[in-house]
Amino acid sequence: MTHSSLLSYAIWVPIIGGLLVLAVGDRRAEAARWLALVASLAAFAVTIPLFTGFDTHTAAMQYSERVAWIPSLNIFYHLGIDGISLWFILLTSFLTVLVVISSWKNVQERVAQFMAAFLIMEGLMIGVFCALDAILFYVFWEAMLIPMFLIIGVWGGPRRVYATIKFFLYTFLGSVLMLVALLYLYFHSGDSFSLLEFQKTPLGMSAQTLIFLAFFFAFAVKIPMWPVHTWLPDAHVEAPTGGSVILAAVMLKMGAYGFLRLSLPIVPDASHRLAWLMIVLSLIAIIYVALVAIVQEDMKKLIAYSSIAHMGFVTLGFFVFNSVAIEGGIIQMLSHGFVSAAMFLCVGVLYDRMHTRNIKDYGGVANVMPVFAALMMLFAMGNVGLPGTSGFVGEFMVVLGTYQVNPWLAILAATSLITGAGYTLWLFKRVIFGSVVQPEVARLKDLDGREVLVLGTLAAFTLLLGLWPAPFLDIVHSSVQHLVTQVSLSKIPA
Amino acid sequence: MNSFLMHWTYAIPEIWVLTMACAVLLADLFWGDGLRDLAAVLTVLTLCGAAVLTVFEMGQSGTAFAGLFVLDRFTNVAELFSYLAVLMVVLYSRRYLVDRGIYRGEVFVLLLFALLGIMVMVSGGSLLSVYLGLELLALSQYALVAFYRDSVMATEAGLKYFVLGALASGLLLYGMSLLYGLTGTLDVRDIAADLVNMTAGNLVLVFAIVFIAAGIAFKLGAAPFHMWLPDVYQGAPTAVTAFLASAPKIGAFALIIRLLVDGGYGMQESWQQIFVALTVVSLVVGNVIAIAQQNIKRMLAYSTIGHVGFMLLGVVAGTEAGLASAFFYTVVYTLMSLAGFGMILLVSRAGFEAERIDDFKGLAQRKPWYAFLMMIVMFSMAGVPPTVGFYAKLAVFQAVVAAGYVWLAVVGVLLAVIGAFYYLRVVKVMYFDKPAPDAGLIVRDDLASMALSINSLALLVLGILPGPLMAFCFYAMRGVI
Repeated sequence: MTHSSLLSYAIWVPIIGGLLVLAVGDRRAEAARWLALVASLAAFAVTIPLFTGFDTHTAAMQYSERVAWIPSLNIFYHLGIDGISLWFILLTSFLTVLVVISSWKNVQERVAQFMAAFLIMEGLMIGVFCALDAILFYVFWEAMLIPMFLIIGVWGGPRRVYATIKFFLYTFLGSVLMLVALLYLYFHSGDSFSLLEFQKTPLGMSAQTLIFLAFFFAFAVKIPMWPVHTWLPDAHVEAPTGGSVILAAVMLKMGAYGFLRLSLPIVPDASHRLAWLMIVLSLIAIIYVALVAIVQEDMKKLIAYSSIAHMGFVTLGFFVFNSVAIEGGIIQMLSHGFVSAAMFLCVGVLYDRMHTRNIKDYGGVANVMPVFAALMMLFAMGNVGLPGTSGFVGEFMVVLGTYQVNPWLAILAATSLITGAGYTLWLFKRVIFGSVVQPEVARLKDLDGREVLVLGTLAAFTLLLGLWPAPFLDIVHSSVQHLVTQVSLSKIPA
Repeated sequence: MNSFLMHWTYAIPEIWVLTMACAVLLADLFWGDGLRDLAAVLTVLTLCGAAVLTVFEMGQSGTAFAGLFVLDRFTNVAELFSYLAVLMVVLYSRRYLVDRGIYRGEVFVLLLFALLGIMVMVSGGSLLSVYLGLELLALSQYALVAFYRDSVMATEAGLKYFVLGALASGLLLYGMSLLYGLTGTLDVRDIAADLVNMTAGNLVLVFAIVFIAAGIAFKLGAAPFHMWLPDVYQGAPTAVTAFLASAPKIGAFALIIRLLVDGGYGMQESWQQIFVALTVVSLVVGNVIAIAQQNIKRMLAYSTIGHVGFMLLGVVAGTEAGLASAFFYTVVYTLMSLAGFGMILLVSRAGFEAERIDDFKGLAQRKPWYAFLMMIVMFSMAGVPPTVGFYAKLAVFQAVVAAGYVWLAVVGVLLAVIGAFYYLRVVKVMYFDKPAPDAGLIVRDDLASMALSINSLALLVLGILPGPLMAFCFYAMRGVI
């Protein structure tokens, strides 16, 4: 590989940029903002060659880097990506730019620290998607908690302290068990922490089951799956807009990515054995949590619950073990990255003007903010899964893949097209349509250029992914094929 | 030169510290009133000199003074970290001591004697010399704790520490005497050779091991022998607490190495079981009770008990890698607790001990840099990457899983999550709460804040590049079994 340190750049450029922003200090807020924008653009720029130089014909790890890091414990700084990781790296670096722009005006307190936290988190999240050494993976995975803890706790809403401690402890508890599982795997893979070695290690059924459960806690909390999802609505509601965007669009994907990178290939037999559990939990998320979303009165909470329902589709797709459904799950994650980010940004736009998230306080916004209403309409359609938007492609592929395995499951999953339409359209109707009742709404101003830029870009991607998903699928195809083969082979020693 | 004095050069660092401790005492007596910083400066010079002498000795190994004294890799490395710990205590505590009118030469003399005690412990080759070092350390500590005579709390803590410490020394000594009765020798290596021939069911031997383990557990502060620890940590002047929570832990770890590994490795199965129990109880007691604390010194005291539990995981593993990771944990813990108590010293001022957790409210607005440093320390203690505290936990978990105790690792990680809660609470009050209206100014103290910045940032830098420090600790333990 020629560009062998590209992944390191993708990780460290934003982190160093974040430290520089921190050094500029909160007093020079304007300078901090511009520097953050430059740093996030630079970070985005270094991820583009990953895409242009990517070889779609192989499932092998590309852009590999491997340096001894902690020799006493056999830990390596080992990076590499395949088609599954690539999109999430691009999504992360792309959304960070949008978050920096969208937080330009509505964050006024401790600006430098805010921007720095996002940039550092970007580097850490990209690290998770690149790491091929189990401990390196774990370090990035856990380190993310610190900036997110501060983002929610410092810049969040009224109940932010409760929300952020809940967020931290939930995710921490989930991941420490994974650590024990990783250590166990180390001794069974010939003293190596390489994830690729783990994938080749034969393991008995009971060991596999326990490891699967340990991974399950870590990933299920992050996704989050029902019933460990309760931190998410709290964290979302209290987080600042930028925090919600990163949380929904990227951090939730980490859990799903963990299933693809660790659970399925390392413990395939246990994955098959416990697939029923995953499918049941996914369906509960799809059906029950969607019903919960309908009755929410807080816009952010509604979108948070709809995120959980959408992630239910992702996990459902992974655990029917065919390539259509898995690819559908990945597309669903990408689509959700765009759509949920946009939905949270839309709520943020309204919140900046009105300082309330209650659905009741709105109504008739279309009369005063026509551009905003049009854009939000598009994202609402994406959230529902209307053909032509990105939401449709993922959900359709997952339902299709599930149908091949069991038609009844597919029918249950497809109810989300109704419930999803229920909560999204009802939200849209109550906020955007109708006549203007509240005097505050009458005084609202439509989007400014900055907001149009951010939402417009996301709208373009939502449509692109919906209308022409082929280039997105091409990248993941070989890797998913390889994964499906891995999952189908038993690792129980004869 | 007769054989007793052969290789006396191995003990040059100890001799240097002893000489200098006496010199500081005399110098302070004659010139101390005019030159207030004299004792402190001389102490710093002593430490630097000792470090140089120890570095010159690196690579040598052997015994001296008829086996009373052992020089090996562990001796050198443990001594270097002890110097560092005492140095940091001296740097942090100057202003604190001045503010309270106890900035006197005796403090530094006692610190040097305590250090000498640690050095004798880490280089002890016989039950006698180990015990001698332990008592030298303990007596200096009692005096240090009770040094602040105007404080009722400190006096009470000193007395409590003395009574319970004497009891623990008695337990240890009784165990040693049983060992002596069984083997007829005080030399640790001879004891190890004799133990090979004994049956595992030898009741006297089991008693000896139990008493020695109890004595060690007391000195470490492992539950259920931890009762003294919270009261003493809280009652002692913070400058002294910073010392209690740092270098003596290295000394206590040396007890494990010298008595149980060098001497009793043949009896590993017996003491391993004891340490499994000590580990679990310490983890639970330390991490759960810390949640209820409002006093930050007391909270850190319980957190010490929890950390001892984590450290002992490596000892339970009993392998070379396990002991190395336990040593690494001890060193990392020393760095973390120095920084933690250093921050308390820095935030307190004359007439105000920053003792309550609420005293740290809104520190991020009052002193953003201090809050940032304290945040690193807290996350490091909680074991969140990318701080060095995580690798310390990782190493002991790895060792304990390798030894087949997966369930112990699970207990450990679950209690680490419980522990995370109270560390997070400190971060919470610093970052999310508003400063109390009566919060006074933080006195400027360039020396201490520079030292603290280096200390805390080291936790972060070592978290990103933990390789060298870990390799150094593994080097110290190579061939220990």
